Amino acid sequence: MATAAYPKAVNTAPYYSVQMRRFGVIAIITLIALVFTVGYLSPLGNMALISVKNNAQMVTSSVGPLLPVDPTNFTYEGKDYPVYTVPTDQGDKQLALVKKLRTSSQFIDPANPDAGLIEWQGSWRTLQPVFTLAPHWENFATAWDTINFPLLFRNTLAIAVIGMVGTLLSCICVAYAFARFPIPGKNILFLILIGTIILPSQVTLIPTYAFFASIGWTGTWLPLTVPHFFANAYNVFLLRQFFMTLPRELDEAAMIDGAGPFKILTSVIIPQSWPVIVAVGLFHFIFAWNDYFNPLLYLLGKPELQPISVGVQVFNTRYNAQHPELAQATSLMAMVLPIVIFFFAQKIFMRGVVITGVEK
Amino acid sequence: MATVDQTQAGALPLGSSTPKKRQKSTLAQQQRRWGWIFLSPWIIGFLAFTAIPIVVSFVFTFTQYTLSEPDKIRFVGLQNWQKLFSDPLALSALGVTIKFALFAVPVGLIIPLGMAALLNSKHLFGKRIWRTLFYMPYMVPVVSVIFIWLAFLNGSDGWLNRGLRLLGADPPNWIQDEHWILPAFVLMGLWGLGNAMLTMLASMQGVPTELYEAADVDGAGPWSKFRQITLPMISPVIFYNLVLGVIGLMQYFIVPWVVTSGQGNPNNSAYFFNMHLFKTAFLFLDMGYGATLAWVIFLISLALTIALFTTSRRWVYYSSGEN
Repeated sequence: MATAAYPKAVNTAPYYSVQMRRFGVIAIITLIALVFTVGYLSPLGNMALISVKNNAQMVTSSVGPLLPVDPTNFTYEGKDYPVYTVPTDQGDKQLALVKKLRTSSQFIDPANPDAGLIEWQGSWRTLQPVFTLAPHWENFATAWDTINFPLLFRNTLAIAVIGMVGTLLSCICVAYAFARFPIPGKNILFLILIGTIILPSQVTLIPTYAFFASIGWTGTWLPLTVPHFFANAYNVFLLRQFFMTLPRELDEAAMIDGAGPFKILTSVIIPQSWPVIVAVGLFHFIFAWNDYFNPLLYLLGKPELQPISVGVQVFNTRYNAQHPELAQATSLMAMVLPIVIFFFAQKIFMRGVVITGVEK
Repeated sequence: MATVDQTQAGALPLGSSTPKKRQKSTLAQQQRRWGWIFLSPWIIGFLAFTAIPIVVSFVFTFTQYTLSEPDKIRFVGLQNWQKLFSDPLALSALGVTIKFALFAVPVGLIIPLGMAALLNSKHLFGKRIWRTLFYMPYMVPVVSVIFIWLAFLNGSDGWLNRGLRLLGADPPNWIQDEHWILPAFVLMGLWGLGNAMLTMLASMQGVPTELYEAADVDGAGPWSKFRQITLPMISPVIFYNLVLGVIGLMQYFIVPWVVTSGQGNPNNSAYFFNMHLFKTAFLFLDMGYGATLAWVIFLISLALTIALFTTSRRWVYYSSGEN
């Protein structure tokens, strides 16, 4: 297929040279993709390395080593002494600093401690410390405990699953109505539904908040879950597009067998629609997991009910300066589940995005 | 149909034409009724969470209404709207929002367009892996995105500045610098472009190959093929992403809110309009003026959408009349 792109007139060169040129183009394009990806995803590398760094390394040096390291120590006569790179007559040596003085210091050679103390002229402050690679995996355990990850996880899961059930029940019904029933003014209604996608949510925010506050729902999960039982444009659109591709003959056959509309939905439409139903469920799950604004607004001052997005933000805003390694660890913990779901279900995901994005 | 028969079987003589007709219309009526029943969740939700709140929020713009004292609501005429024009913070926040949108909208179209063109290249090896990697950051929760990028953009030991220093540059202190905080937000936004990229890619894959083959015969190069064929053919998707991008940016909130802890500093350079709305309504509990600010966002978004749709006739190409 690729060779078809070359006009026949150019193809006078020997066959292998065309092959070489093609290979060269592939190599260049693929290299561009590689370089771009490395740049695009490099914040992840930055995060991963910081998340396992020692807090002391983050706080003491502003531009320290790139890798997670600890200063090397040498134990001499029961005490730990830091190791420095010391320039000597026989070249640079790695020596442990035993006695710090202003103009000269005493070192011990870790390779040969029996030789006794070595006197070195010069200020020890000018010396470079020696580091050993030391990833601090325990940062994750610390982060897990300090943000109370199990509680945040439970809250997020509950909010996401309740909303997911709501959005599936309501969107399936509404999409079924749009796909199959002769409702007067259906096209206008559908246009209004799609129009809500571009409606800025701010314009409904304040009365909605005031309403939820007046019935005592603020500070509970209800404002985050109940509205999802009333359908939303994206998911209805996705489901409707799929339902419309299903042959009507099966509906009619079921109808002749005496099935009512509800029975047709549960025994004919839904069993054929699992791929799109799974897509809608996953979309909502990821949405709820990542949603920050609504829980921030409605669960203000209720840390015991907050989901992971708010929990991580509150913790990180407070501790980012003193504990950047924990902030990076919590950020990583918050993204693991959505990323894992995406890797396992990427086909379903991408097809859903394409249907809602391209077909309108 | 079975239910129809049950209700009418006894009363109607079989075989005559009138009852058949009546039976049919009853069936249609019944179908319609079922349609409304299945539609009702959205109708109720639309009224409760969209239509009525829009009207109520418009009414709020003419009131003084503090959330903590809902009984003391009173009408103040156009006071809130007048306040808007003498509120320096609102005007500067609107300026910041527009300035940022002028940066971010083109970036939000060109970068995903480039990514999609790369993925669509027939010379790319291992397409599916790259597509997955390009899309993946879109799945990262926004709160994680913010803190991951804050570390990456850290003035001293972030990878970006380490790299720039290696290249001999003197990089800025991104979010502490009033001139560089908005570009920093644009960079953070690069991880939110997955959907735009994917829709553009799908649209590119839908361009008929005959068009490219015809261009090959005419001796067109890759760039002119991209400009003359690909861009016009995918213009509906570019337009869709443009509209969503513009409207999304009018509502830009979470990133500046979290990064600047709600302050919009340094020097209000990151104080966006929507932050002003949030503070007014939910920190100072001034719902009347908050609703006015919300309506400003709504009116600007509406005007921009209408403007975009008007110009779209000139540059958006729809291949079939159906779309």
